[in-house]
Amino acid sequence: MPRVLLIEDDPSVREGVELGLRRRGHEVRTAATGETGLAALGEFRPDLLLLDLMLPGMNGVQVCRRVRETSQLPIIMLTARGDDFDVVIGLEAGADDYIVKPARTEVIEARIRAVLRRIEEPGGGRPAVEHHGDLAVDRAGLTVAKGGERLALAPSELKLLLHLTAAPEQVFSRQQLLEHVWEHNYHGDARLVDACVRRLRAKIEDTPGDPRYIQTLRGFGYRFGPL
Amino acid sequence: MKACVHPREEPGTDPADLPGGTAHGRGAGRAGDAEAGGDTGPHRARARLRRPRPFGLRTRMVFAFLLVAAVSCGTTAALTYRAARSAILEQTQNTAVSAFREQVDALALDLPLDETILREMLLNIARQGKPRPWRVYAEYGALRVSSTDRPASSVLTPELKARAHAREGVPHTSFQRVVKGGTPYLTMAVPAVFRTHHEQGTAQPSGLVVYAVMELREDEANIEALVTAARDGALPALAIALIPALLAARGVLRPVRELRRAAQSMGRGRLDTRIHAKGSDELSELARTFNESAAELERSVAELRRAEARARRFASDVSHELRTPLAGMLAVTEVLDEDAGALDSDTARAVRLISAETVKLAVLVEDLMEISRFDARAAELHTDEVDVADCVRKTLISRRWTDPEQVHAALGEGIRARLDPRRFDVVVANLVGNALRHGRPLVTVRAYEDEDGALVVQVSDRGPGIPPEVLPHVFERFYKADPARTRSTGSGLGLAITLENVRLHGGTVRAANHPAGGAVFTVRIPL
Repeated sequence: MPRVLLIEDDPSVREGVELGLRRRGHEVRTAATGETGLAALGEFRPDLLLLDLMLPGMNGVQVCRRVRETSQLPIIMLTARGDDFDVVIGLEAGADDYIVKPARTEVIEARIRAVLRRIEEPGGGRPAVEHHGDLAVDRAGLTVAKGGERLALAPSELKLLLHLTAAPEQVFSRQQLLEHVWEHNYHGDARLVDACVRRLRAKIEDTPGDPRYIQTLRGFGYRFGPL
Repeated sequence: MKACVHPREEPGTDPADLPGGTAHGRGAGRAGDAEAGGDTGPHRARARLRRPRPFGLRTRMVFAFLLVAAVSCGTTAALTYRAARSAILEQTQNTAVSAFREQVDALALDLPLDETILREMLLNIARQGKPRPWRVYAEYGALRVSSTDRPASSVLTPELKARAHAREGVPHTSFQRVVKGGTPYLTMAVPAVFRTHHEQGTAQPSGLVVYAVMELREDEANIEALVTAARDGALPALAIALIPALLAARGVLRPVRELRRAAQSMGRGRLDTRIHAKGSDELSELARTFNESAAELERSVAELRRAEARARRFASDVSHELRTPLAGMLAVTEVLDEDAGALDSDTARAVRLISAETVKLAVLVEDLMEISRFDARAAELHTDEVDVADCVRKTLISRRWTDPEQVHAALGEGIRARLDPRRFDVVVANLVGNALRHGRPLVTVRAYEDEDGALVVQVSDRGPGIPPEVLPHVFERFYKADPARTRSTGSGLGLAITLENVRLHGGTVRAANHPAGGAVFTVRIPL
């Protein structure tokens, strides 16, 4: 079962979420501040970070940035709806998904599972490593290299890229990507997709302002290529 | 008085700084009439501002001034003319008449007269013409003599002659003004008398009548000059009268115009509009009164807005404060549900109740937060171009409304619209959920593009419909159609949130009853 680090300042939320997840078999470590949470990272080695955005002292966005400097640990933000500005900043900082509080444990766990789920392999007969331009996508090893250099992609970025490259030149609407990559419902927040595409472009494109790999089709969505 | 409109610039009093401080009202929850969009009033008012008015205050004031000036000029001129004319003529006349009379009286008559002596006498008189030269004529029986080369004058009227002859015995002078050939003349007639020396005072007619004709051309010219002077004086006076007329009109009109502009500005919601009021005339008083009223209005509106903002912030704060403990509670409801079976029945029921109500409370608090955001205009629209039919189908599927005997979807395919998918999902889900709760199946969801190019989503049911007295209130918050029902199954905010979400898309939502029965909710969003 996944090991989850929960950074949340409110004691009742911290305890409630910890209790709920532990009941479902997760190993949970909690921290009340960003600083103690970061300190616990190295020692606890979690599979996933559940991060409240509103924290005293070092806030959630700063924690998120700090984590991303060194690792591609899956990160889910806990936010309140209406904190729209923070959600966008959190996503830009590298969070993979977010959950609006209050949420039932069922929902939290579903998101955790979705973020941790490996992308389904699209049948055999494909080479282990696909080459798209300068990109080398290893579906089995779940790594992406550009010009021979391995790229550090967050889980959501990797999944998005794998999903798009599985069907090059096919257009996916934001809603479809939300359903397939994030396992959200169709009416989810399309900003998740946009933020992830921006982050991904910053890593794989030669000039992110003029994307070659992940192209936007105005009014329809995104597609990979044509190169 | 100087007047100019200037919206006072004070930090913090701008209506835009206050929540809900825009010019058009909100009209929360007007059922069946959830029109979104601005009013067009101010534009019409602005168009009216500069329309020229043929019978405006300015025209009327200028006319009045000119009329008064013209009447006074004309009256003065006429009176002066009349007085001067009679003064000039009378003086000439009197001088002439008395001089003539003197001359005639001084005649030493030696009757009977012969033509030569008479002519000599007339020439003598003619030389004495006062104040102007005159011509002298005499009638003596059949004898006609004159100081000129013609024995008679055509200027002398029979009337004058008759008057002269009427009382020949009495010494008197008759005179008449005659205009002949454009030249004015003074004609005089004096019957010559002689007095007996012993009987003083009685005069005997001598049968001689002496006439004098004097040209008055020079006097007429003098009078003419007077008329010209009067006219020449009156015309510039009229022209000059225009200046005070225009100045006065401007003095009145400018403050009036500024007042009007200020009033319009107030009407558009700029409550900080003030007028510069200088001076102490009635219009400045009016301007000051306007300013005082405006300040009073601004103060009370600001107070109302503050109160409203406080109330909204309170609602928002309450929801925020409720949310944190709820987040903890909601996370453990499953623990309660799972373990309830192992508890004794009373405790189990209590635990299940707490769990169920916590879930409802969470929904209610979320809805309250959503409404607070609408009230604070903090609700954001994250649009994406979506396929409408797909969107509606996904809503129905995710709510598990897939039983064709419960919900029937008749969706126009291929309609693409820029919508906020989450909010559109809420709109459709609330309307269908409402129809399932309060109406009866079959609930039909239609989506099509109407002839005006707007997206129409219609949700109808086959229930009893909405009572007419409830119809205007269905979009109100926590509106209870039946007061006995203390709590609806939903949060009581569903339709209010629906209305706000549709408005945010620039659309309208209407509630009505179908003639064949059942309620019909129609959402119309411009594409």
